[in-house]
Amino acid sequence: MTPVEVHQKVKERCGEAIESFNEKALDPYIVVKADAIVEVCRFLKENPALAFDCLSNMSGVDYIKENKIQVVSHLYSYPHRHKIVVKVDVPRENPTMPSVEGIWKAANWQEREIYDLLGVIFTGHPDLRRLLMPEDWVGHPLRKDFVEPEEYHGISTRRESLLK
Amino acid sequence: MSLINSVPEMVVTTKVDEVLNWSRKSSVWYMLFGLACCAIEMMQTGGPRADLDRFGAVPRATPRQSDMMIIAGTLTLKMALRTKVLYDQMPDPKYVISMGSCANCGGLFQLAYSVCDGVDKVIPVDVYVPGCPPRPEALTEGLLKLQEKMMQERWLVKKTAAEEEVRAA
Repeated sequence: MTPVEVHQKVKERCGEAIESFNEKALDPYIVVKADAIVEVCRFLKENPALAFDCLSNMSGVDYIKENKIQVVSHLYSYPHRHKIVVKVDVPRENPTMPSVEGIWKAANWQEREIYDLLGVIFTGHPDLRRLLMPEDWVGHPLRKDFVEPEEYHGISTRRESLLK
Repeated sequence: MSLINSVPEMVVTTKVDEVLNWSRKSSVWYMLFGLACCAIEMMQTGGPRADLDRFGAVPRATPRQSDMMIIAGTLTLKMALRTKVLYDQMPDPKYVISMGSCANCGGLFQLAYSVCDGVDKVIPVDVYVPGCPPRPEALTEGLLKLQEKMMQERWLVKKTAAEEEVRAA
């Protein structure tokens, strides 16, 4: 199934949940409203014609100029060998979206990583803790406005510039 | 009369300090502690080709029974705290080899938010081995340098106050 057909099928089922669709991109993507992501993802996985059974990758991007964080999910279907990208925009001040961990177990750590590095809060996630950074770390380092703390437990994080 | 010519040839005369140092340097057990890609080279150094074992150095899987720690790889801030704990668990006398650019100064990743640029910010280091990663020959050379350093130590002689200060610093 081509991305256009996938989009058509999703639009028939939950049309108001879709914000936009871009078929010109290298990986064609559907932008979905944050509150409808679980419904759309469940449809994508459980509809026999779509059957996106594999969450290949899930990542987050900080678009500071547009004041949003985008959560990008790459889906793949092993039975049909087609793929689609689903994106969700969340505001930077209150980055909250429902978790898709109940649909793909692979989302568990991916969502923890996005929470760790970008601070997106996935509601309904069973175990939303930091994945990579230390438990007592302050801030979310992949945010573009992240300011590094002066020191971490007495270890100075000041570094000489390499350009000197 | 000189002592050296007065005893039979099979008797060796030496100093207690030197015997202690010689026995100590001949069995440097290093802790199994790999942090990143340098650990692969460290395994090769312990393997049959480079064979660190012929200098008396064998890996030990616990800090409580190790004499030396090889910091092999990128030290993150998260790991830095744990490294300090492991170092504190080792019995004295203990030694540290900082292996590779990352452990020496943060290397390629020194500007990253999560990386501690240099293990000497956390624990004292005896020998720095440059390279990215250092070849097994380089790490072997590092061990030999450390053994030279160990042979210079004088544990039985009372140190002057100035020397004590240097050691404490």
